[in-house]
Amino acid sequence: MTVRPLGADSDLPVGGRTATAASPWRQFWRRNGAGYAFLSPWFVGFFGLTIGPALISLYLSFTDFNLLQSPHWVGGANYLRIFTGDAKFMQALRVTFFFAVVSVPLKLAFALAIALLLNRGLKGLPIYRAIFYLPSLLGASVAIAVLWRELFAGDGVINHLLGYFGIAGPSWISNPRYALWTIILLSVWQFGSPMVIFLAGLRQIPQDLYEAAAIDGASRARQFWSVTLPLLTPVIFFNAIIQGIDAFKSFTPAFIISGGTGNPINSTLFYTLYLYQEAFGFFRMGYAAALAWILLIIIAVFTGISFLTSRYWVYYDE
Amino acid sequence: MTSEAVPSPPPRPGRRSPVASVIAHALLIIASIAMLYPLLWMLAAALRPQQEIFSTTSIIPSSISFEAFSRGWNGLQVSFATFFSNSFLISILCVIGNLAACSLTAFAFARLKFWGKNIWFALMLGTLMLPYQVTLIPQYVLFKDLGWVNTFLPLVVPKYLAVDSFFIFLMVQFFRGIPRELDEAAMIDGCSTFQIYYKIMLPLSLPVLTTAGIFTFIFTWDDFFGPLIYLNDMKNYTVTLALRSFVDSTSQSDYGGLFAMSVLALIPIFLFFLFFQRLLIEGIATTGMKR
Repeated sequence: MTVRPLGADSDLPVGGRTATAASPWRQFWRRNGAGYAFLSPWFVGFFGLTIGPALISLYLSFTDFNLLQSPHWVGGANYLRIFTGDAKFMQALRVTFFFAVVSVPLKLAFALAIALLLNRGLKGLPIYRAIFYLPSLLGASVAIAVLWRELFAGDGVINHLLGYFGIAGPSWISNPRYALWTIILLSVWQFGSPMVIFLAGLRQIPQDLYEAAAIDGASRARQFWSVTLPLLTPVIFFNAIIQGIDAFKSFTPAFIISGGTGNPINSTLFYTLYLYQEAFGFFRMGYAAALAWILLIIIAVFTGISFLTSRYWVYYDE
Repeated sequence: MTSEAVPSPPPRPGRRSPVASVIAHALLIIASIAMLYPLLWMLAAALRPQQEIFSTTSIIPSSISFEAFSRGWNGLQVSFATFFSNSFLISILCVIGNLAACSLTAFAFARLKFWGKNIWFALMLGTLMLPYQVTLIPQYVLFKDLGWVNTFLPLVVPKYLAVDSFFIFLMVQFFRGIPRELDEAAMIDGCSTFQIYYKIMLPLSLPVLTTAGIFTFIFTWDDFFGPLIYLNDMKNYTVTLALRSFVDSTSQSDYGGLFAMSVLALIPIFLFFLFFQRLLIEGIATTGMKR
């Protein structure tokens, strides 16, 4: 297969025009037609629903578009306001970063701890794995967010349970100090899918490494720090990226638990929720497009930094 | 590793004392109870008498009644029968679209030769990273101009245009594992390219198609954001939107009905869990699918 540089479309079938009678287009079609025919739905989607809209939203982010009037160019005004005069943006950023920085490590720690326990050759592994996995399969449902909202209400079950220990809990979801923590807990509760990935990763670690370590007199703790953990770093890295990106894009739990407001006093104003409010609450579409592009850049930077630092802590064979 | 991801691992070398194993089981059982408690409590809340819901932490109802289900079913102006059939219709249409469009695309990338393939493939992978918020507003304007707002089309049509790069990638990986000799033999027998796709590749790709189909169903069934912005009329609501309206209207506080409908909303996903658990867990273990 040959790949020619992009943008060379017009003079594509090189040499086709020389001796042969067949037109260059026909030749091109004969060689590439099937591929492009199979790709045609994807092309429509890629240009019409992905790249096209992404570029248009970049353009809109420099306008005052409000869905009713046609957009007017305002230069960098949206970005300027976002970074200098928008307290809600800073709050949304704080909430989302806090959520990501707390929930992802907690979730991965639980996932790894349970995976290690399960990997000891205990009986009943499939049952335990199924039980721990179930919440992460169901957890993204609105039904679960609804449940969470009632569990952590002032007269909810959690406070009843705490009452047995003599603790009078607050109304968790309407207290600005705790509301975000209920959403963090909901996320950590769904540690099942990274756990499944950890279990698969643990099974890839060759047994003879442990045997060799045992012969050399390494304790179990030492084996964990020197064999299991280093060999598992690629899986930890993978899980951290997936869960980290997901944390930045989280929307539904905060929307349901706060009733779409991000309250109490914006303590659950997730970035995507703020974007939604700007776009579909106030119809400040240009402003929301700028927020979306900033989100894209945050995610790209986060991923880029992760990959750059990964060479210092992720172990790759060979 | 696909077939080996599931059976339990061999015991680690070295003696495990029975005490350690008892402690491990005890920890796991406590953790299991904590994990399942919210779900069981919700099930109990749907079945128990209304006045009992918030006065007890028990997960065993004092008496069982299905009254909350019928109350909840008609708890909004429109019956939940409509919401469930809307959700089913959208989910099924999305599954069909995703399987057809993604497999066509994946077949081209995995098997066909054409100019620019590597570049298109790289661009396709690049869109994996793109958060949907970036395309959201122009897409909304487009669908609004087409007159599609308040219909299912904005939720369904994109799936027929292979916008789920993740599933394309998944299928490309699978297709590459199918021996090329099969295509070549079929071609010698006079099969067209489309016949090779349709009669050779698709039947051999049942595992990946099932995984992609189930996850598409679950993602669509759970989708909240799409319906939230595109569906305004309650007759068109999906179950997720209806639940949200139910929460907002629980000033009349029919919590039994709310939990009953929430339980029903989870049942289709739970059924997939019961019958396809192995496939789902394998899918996650080998591909890192989000759930």
